Amino acid sequence: MCRIGALKSLTPLAPKSALELMLPQQEGHDSSGFAMIMQDLHGAFAHDKEKPLLSMACTVRGLALVNEYMDQHGFAQLGQWVPDVCKDKKLNLHAMPRYVFRNYDYPEIFHYRSQAEREDLLMDTRLALRDLLHRENAGFVYSFWPDVLTLKEIGDPADIATYFGLWDENCRLRAKNIVVQCRQNTNYDIVRYAAHPFFLQGFTLCANGENTFFTRNREFQKSLYRGYMGFESDSQTLLYTLHYVLRELKWPLPYFKHVITPLPYEEQKTRQDADVLLLIRESLANLEINGPNTMIALLPDKTMINCCDAKKLRPCVIGRDEEMVVIASEVSGLNALLPKRDITCDIYPSERELVAIDDNLEITRWIQ
Amino acid sequence: MDTVNVQDLSVNDLAWVIDYHADLCVLCGACVASCSFQAISFVSTQKLLPKQTAKSRNKGNQKIVVKQSADPTKLCCGCGICEKVCPSRAIRPIANTHSREHCLNQSQGPKRRGGRGNLAKKRTLDAIFVGRISQMTDPPLDAERHTFDLRAPLGRVLAADKLPLEVSGQSLRLKASHPPVAWIYPLIFSDMSIGALSTRAWEAIAIATAYLNEECGLPVRMCSGEGGVPQNLLTSDKLAYMILQIASGHFGWNRILRALPKMRTDPAGVLIKIGQGAKPGDGGWLAASKVSRHIQAIRGVPQTTLHSPPNHQGLYSIEESVQKMHLSLNQAFGFRVPVAIKCAASSTSVAVYNNLLRDPYQICGGFFLDGLDGGTGAANTVALNHTGHPITSKLRDCYKAATAQGLQGQIPLWVGGGIGMHGDAAADAFKLICLGANGVFVGRMLLELLGCVGNAYGRCNQCHTGKCPTGLCTQDLRLVQRLDVDRGAENIVNFVLNFDQELRKLLAPVGNSSLPVGRSDALISNDWAIAQSLDIAFAC
Repeated sequence: MCRIGALKSLTPLAPKSALELMLPQQEGHDSSGFAMIMQDLHGAFAHDKEKPLLSMACTVRGLALVNEYMDQHGFAQLGQWVPDVCKDKKLNLHAMPRYVFRNYDYPEIFHYRSQAEREDLLMDTRLALRDLLHRENAGFVYSFWPDVLTLKEIGDPADIATYFGLWDENCRLRAKNIVVQCRQNTNYDIVRYAAHPFFLQGFTLCANGENTFFTRNREFQKSLYRGYMGFESDSQTLLYTLHYVLRELKWPLPYFKHVITPLPYEEQKTRQDADVLLLIRESLANLEINGPNTMIALLPDKTMINCCDAKKLRPCVIGRDEEMVVIASEVSGLNALLPKRDITCDIYPSERELVAIDDNLEITRWIQ
Repeated sequence: MDTVNVQDLSVNDLAWVIDYHADLCVLCGACVASCSFQAISFVSTQKLLPKQTAKSRNKGNQKIVVKQSADPTKLCCGCGICEKVCPSRAIRPIANTHSREHCLNQSQGPKRRGGRGNLAKKRTLDAIFVGRISQMTDPPLDAERHTFDLRAPLGRVLAADKLPLEVSGQSLRLKASHPPVAWIYPLIFSDMSIGALSTRAWEAIAIATAYLNEECGLPVRMCSGEGGVPQNLLTSDKLAYMILQIASGHFGWNRILRALPKMRTDPAGVLIKIGQGAKPGDGGWLAASKVSRHIQAIRGVPQTTLHSPPNHQGLYSIEESVQKMHLSLNQAFGFRVPVAIKCAASSTSVAVYNNLLRDPYQICGGFFLDGLDGGTGAANTVALNHTGHPITSKLRDCYKAATAQGLQGQIPLWVGGGIGMHGDAAADAFKLICLGANGVFVGRMLLELLGCVGNAYGRCNQCHTGKCPTGLCTQDLRLVQRLDVDRGAENIVNFVLNFDQELRKLLAPVGNSSLPVGRSDALISNDWAIAQSLDIAFAC
């Protein structure tokens, strides 16, 4: 089972905190990898936060292809962070030749376009780069979005951290939000695209468990939106559902929970909003999840959320102190990172609960 | 050597021969009295002997015995009622492997019968297994403890971005009306009319339906069939459990429409019947012998053989079907009642379904597909045995066609035709749901639960004659008396309760608590061609 976690802090955190959260949960690690998405960046990317940041791993040839594509399409490179990698051969990881974390300025014409058009441009560019690299077997592109950085690699999480220098307290990668995963549990091969967290247009999501309705989720989503693709992991569909409910349908956040784990019909019928809930269930029956899953997500407005399946077969636990709120799939991670917290304030979300943490670390618990 | 006329019939030419043991017979007469086909009678052994021989025998030795008739109008159909009533196990019918029956009776026109296709075909569903079991990656559920949410839609489902919803603070609220959708149990009692069935048999099914709804909490729906509905039901609350059928004969609809102002509740739905799987492309046929006085009253017809045409007169295309029938029936019930359509499965089903999915009025509330293993009360044998399309691949084709367009689930797919014919209705239903069905409908199986003795190996199948020996498909009041309505209804209720339990027993190991519609990854097949065709995993 995947180990997942997330940190939301008033002050920027280095990846070391995420590692301290995750490694105590390492029982069962199979060296399948480490992945994290950081949002609200500081350190190396404290400036140009509104400019899209490209995160990818590729070959030398892949880098040349991407450079050529970005030039041709009018993107001008601004800053970048190049990891000072540790090339110790004893490290257990499948390193790629090049890692790219750089932000770009928009093509000139997009300075005059709407926000929606820019967001479409960024997704289409990422998909085009992904396709380009895939065709040439030259690398992987994870995210291309302002103020968001993705790092993923296959191998032992501690060794991956050593390779990228993530143990360093002074690491120049810093963010107020980190969503992290160790040990990807996928239905398919261990591949980089299958490693969550996943990202799409400002939405980040990671999940553990087994989405038993993956097939029907995927078959429905494939024709719903062009950005819903890949499907290397059964958890990806949860990200797409989140994106569809909040961004495409523009429904309030609680309806995400209603879509993925609808109330039983007999219960729905007795509610005052039965007409709305039944309609939603009818139309989006194919987005229901019906297996054991818990998910942690980060929204474009930096709200962090957590909820689980309707039978609470895969819960998470949420702990906090004055400075940060932490979510972990195993409580051992929380104990390691926040040993002095008041454990009586820990939150074990119920199967009908959605927990949202805003930028001031205010926690809202919403019952379905 | 004696002369012989080979055109003369003997018992051994027939499909069923009576195995009679005079030594066990107590001469009670029950078998002779209960044979509705008059296929057996009492004779004296004296009469069985040639005249001279009989004279020379001592009359004191003569015995009364049961004799099978070889008269083509009084053929034994193997129903076995004689065996049921015999107190001493002295008589029973046996299938005759040397039968010449297909060559007999040719002057009566093409053979007709009821029942199912009689070629006992191999079924696709029997080569499919639920192969994706929750083991370690996720926990299986407990069929006894967990809450299962077994409901299926009947009605037109809108795409999420077409829903009449508006955001109000942190909530959504309705801002306009929308097509009606009923969430019902994923098993519908299929359309069998009053007329094809005896009123008592129809009543037994209706009683079972009401009991399941009111006492068991299972919202099972029953389809009326094309034969009208009793007035007292039309004006009762129990109409809510009934899907009214309109077929090409429109039988009974004058009375249904006249009852509209008096209805206390809406019916569960309206089903437009275009065709049925057992005799696709053929219309209905009710022999005059079954059109008794109460059938005449309920259908508004004189006593005559009733033919429903093979198509709806005046409908020549899907567009017309949608515009005329769907719209007018939606309108008749104020757009509050789902209107669905039933077709025989065919090579053209995907085209029909695609057209319905594109319906601009969004008023088609369900596509009922009926496969070739379905039953009927009367059809030409050639149609029963040789026409039709298996349901499984056609359902899958329709589901995949909708999926390719992102329209799956918008017009619910209900399938039938042979569900449970090998005894495992829940397994059949579960597999079909995984392949894309929202629910299933059963008809013939209900008759079997009520006591029908017919089968796909030529036993009985005399539904069309009005002489149904079990009182199910006849209007002969003496035969109808044989049916115990309460026990029949109880049997159906028990079947549905077991079906529900078995469905949970299949859902639990795959880790699902709601219906896994389209979850084809849960299935495997040990037949390569079937796996390929249905796009499921092959396993061996």
